[in-house]
Amino acid sequence: MSSLERQLVCARRCLTWWAFGLIYFWSMGAASAEPITLWHAYRGAEARVIEQIAAQWSKENPADAVTVQPFAPNVYASKLSNDIPRDNGPDVFIAAHERAGDWSQTGLLRALTQSEVAWHKLHPTTIEAVTFEAKRWGIPLSYKSVALFYNTDLITTPPRTTDELIALAKTHTDAASNRYGLAYEVANFYMHAGWLFGFGGEIFDAQGGFVLSSPESARSYAFARALVEEHRVVPEEANGQLVSHLFNTRQAAMVINGPWFLGEIPADLAFAIAPLPSVSETGQPAKPFLTVEAAYVSARSAHPQVALRFANYLASPDIARQRALSGRQPVATLAVYELEQVKRDAVLMSFRAQLDASVPMPNRPAMSSVWEPANRALRRVLRGAATPEVALIEARDLFEVFQRPPPKPRSMAPLGVGLMMMFLAMGFVGVVRFRREQLWPKIKANRHAYLYLAPAVVGMLVLIVAPFVVGSIVSLFVHTQGSFTFVGLENFWRILTSQDYSLGDPLSFYFTLAVTVAWTAINVVLHVSIGMALALLLREPWLKLRGIYRVLLIVPWAVPNYITALIWKGMFHKQFGAINGLLGWLGLEPVSWFSQFSTAFAANVTTNTWLGFPFMMVVILGALQAIPRDLEEAAEVDGASWWQRLRHITFPLLRPALVPAVVLGTVWTFNMFNIIYLVSGGEPDGATEILISESYKWAFERQNQYGYAAAYSVLIFLVLLSYSALTGQLRTRD
Amino acid sequence: MRDISLPKLIATHAALMSACMIVLYPVLWVIKMALTPSQGFSMDPSPIPTQVSLHNFIHLFTMQEGIFFRQLGNSVIISVVTTLFGVILACTAAYAFSRFRFPGRSLGMAGFLITQMFPGVVMAIPLYLLLDEVGLLNSLTGLVLVYSTSSLPFCVWMLKGYFDTIPRELEEAAVMDGASQWVIFTKIVLPLARPAIVVTALFSFMTAWNEYILAATFLTDRQKFTLPMVLQSFVGDHATDWGYFAAGAIIVSLPVMALFFLLQKFLVGGLTAGAVKG
Repeated sequence: MSSLERQLVCARRCLTWWAFGLIYFWSMGAASAEPITLWHAYRGAEARVIEQIAAQWSKENPADAVTVQPFAPNVYASKLSNDIPRDNGPDVFIAAHERAGDWSQTGLLRALTQSEVAWHKLHPTTIEAVTFEAKRWGIPLSYKSVALFYNTDLITTPPRTTDELIALAKTHTDAASNRYGLAYEVANFYMHAGWLFGFGGEIFDAQGGFVLSSPESARSYAFARALVEEHRVVPEEANGQLVSHLFNTRQAAMVINGPWFLGEIPADLAFAIAPLPSVSETGQPAKPFLTVEAAYVSARSAHPQVALRFANYLASPDIARQRALSGRQPVATLAVYELEQVKRDAVLMSFRAQLDASVPMPNRPAMSSVWEPANRALRRVLRGAATPEVALIEARDLFEVFQRPPPKPRSMAPLGVGLMMMFLAMGFVGVVRFRREQLWPKIKANRHAYLYLAPAVVGMLVLIVAPFVVGSIVSLFVHTQGSFTFVGLENFWRILTSQDYSLGDPLSFYFTLAVTVAWTAINVVLHVSIGMALALLLREPWLKLRGIYRVLLIVPWAVPNYITALIWKGMFHKQFGAINGLLGWLGLEPVSWFSQFSTAFAANVTTNTWLGFPFMMVVILGALQAIPRDLEEAAEVDGASWWQRLRHITFPLLRPALVPAVVLGTVWTFNMFNIIYLVSGGEPDGATEILISESYKWAFERQNQYGYAAAYSVLIFLVLLSYSALTGQLRTRD
Repeated sequence: MRDISLPKLIATHAALMSACMIVLYPVLWVIKMALTPSQGFSMDPSPIPTQVSLHNFIHLFTMQEGIFFRQLGNSVIISVVTTLFGVILACTAAYAFSRFRFPGRSLGMAGFLITQMFPGVVMAIPLYLLLDEVGLLNSLTGLVLVYSTSSLPFCVWMLKGYFDTIPRELEEAAVMDGASQWVIFTKIVLPLARPAIVVTALFSFMTAWNEYILAATFLTDRQKFTLPMVLQSFVGDHATDWGYFAAGAIIVSLPVMALFFLLQKFLVGGLTAGAVKG
């Protein structure tokens, strides 16, 4: 056989095998149904159990296998609302019930009928939680609420009334040695809700009206303040981390916390859980918020029947038993609580008891506008800045701002005509300039430059400019439950004329703008001066250990700032923070950092300076290399002082590299959202918010008002643009 | 070499050491939480660990059949490719801005700067729609493209400023010797700009390495997740697994410090000083 023939034979064989392979794979694809997907945001034991259950199902139903996809809780909701409408979402997903109303209105969920689910096997309160506008949207799997955890070495019988609670807590409180009878996140409305409902307060009436400003709610707010200020049994400024820390180090005899806390308690700590006590004034049990985790069938699922079968499987008694015992979940399936093994489980039975005295968190979309006003009122009361009655009236006003009716729809025609005229005018000017300045020969002469530039410019146009233009257009619309209405420049008008707040209100655009400008200026000055000082020291060739210093000093840039920002927040804590510890050591009074604007602002700036100077240091270190040392040495020989050399040689030569770093540093700091959010959280009363965090809040925490949020973003852009245009930073210097 | 007086030497070391202490003090808590097997947030006044255990690290490495290494790999690939891609794009663009006087130059420079003023909060959804249309949504390629462009403006401005300080005489001499534009760029300008390239490379790497929001918006397959997404998965609505988070944070920061340690000799080595002085 000639080599050509050999090759031909070989090619034919390859082709045959390839064709076989193709048919084989094709038939495989036809035979087995594609798997359905389950999304969840569980962690730890709950996540492990759900994976096991899914594997078990796939083994029993090989034709309808399920793949599991976990997500981080803080992105889960936006992930669902982005992915499901674009058919990138799951078939079944597990999520808390509080957004069921929102999701049903935006078309994410498939409604479940009476006959599709064995409803009678589930606890009625959990069914109530997933019901919105008379339809049921999910199958309840488990529920979460807070309860009273107590250290059994210190407390033998848990208190049954709030009077008992206070008396008992007092015997375990010793402020001098930082011991407390009771610890809970007193400034968090979610934790406060138990007292609110126990005192007879409500959030919404039956028609959905906001009724938080009632005398009953005011009494519950006064009670929270009394726990801290009058009885002094609860530590101030207690956040979740501090509450866990105090209980785990036996510095708190009782804490109010939820099932998520179980994983954090050390194994050698003896504890038990009891329902929250009754409120002595009303005789009613304190009823905490109930969050129900339910399995939802996506409205866009390609296999709704399989998805429904799988969702029902998750709630079935046998699987629910696994979730309860291995996943430590308080499950909604009633039969589980009849099992001997579960009856002996004190933890599960305590949460089961709390379920009967709990209030499902309202699932109407307006609830997302309640948190900020209610929390703000709570903090004002605790700080003594307002009486409960006044604070709750303010809360109602703020809620009404967030809920204000959308402006009238406008016609798009004037804007279209305006834009068209603008483009025509720009085109005309362009052509005239092109002709007059005879640009074509210049362009041709520089064609290399355009080649060098092209890839970067194309990338920028497609991936930054285009998305921004699209995103900005949203600012001309109002978003309500998934639908956008064109309203022209109404959003901008509202913001710029400060229609919702008085000018001096911390939430008004101009107040926030002033804070943002101060924040940016102070930060950039500190970043550059500290970075410069260290860079000047670190370049000295005679300095030993330079390499080590340099690497150590970039650590704040290298460590993810989510955790370091929270450590800084902890260091600013009034009672337990290292900074007040240092002040006390110097003989100064402890400072309550987050209750005044100036100190809260200083805390933010300190944290951000710590995080931001290494970047400037690295940039300046690099830029210093462009400065010939002999120039400075010559100046020194000529008798120039240290400052003169810096002022007349180093600064001017650093300029080219420093200008972009400073300009861009300004822009980044202006939009530095993380630190504000994590350190001060806008305290007090939103006064330390900056524009970008306001924009974020409108987009994600005040009922997804994307149009308003986009208008804030466009204004941020315009402010920055006019700043750099006015200071001439957009002009190219050569 | 000049003589350095002893007081000056001591003062310099004292200043740098106190700076290092302020820098490292909060980080000690991260290390403490990483070494403590419980998942609580340490609010003790002392940052010295009372227990030492590698439990948190072992959990990270062994959870879900070692998926952590895959996710570490994703982060490395994304960040390295982003850095290469971004630095190449930035070098060519910055060279054009520095060495050519062409129509549209100042507009282009201003344009790069202006893009940094767009708040990211409005761009995530349009980018999502764009990547979904071209089929790059749940892919590392899509992320690399987005990251490379988001660090470009800084890199271009930084490099352009540095290129400007490189004397043109060197290039003019090379032109005399018959070198092409490309040879001048790659053989003369780029080596001289090494410190600035190191800064931009480090910056691009960090941009991609620590980014979380866009990655979480675009990716849906845990086999493709990046390290910051893994860290965030320990943050719950009410409680956070601080031990795992801190261990992860240390693992995330080590490569950055290693990279900086390796690159710093180019950053401050003074390799180029002689050539520039000419």
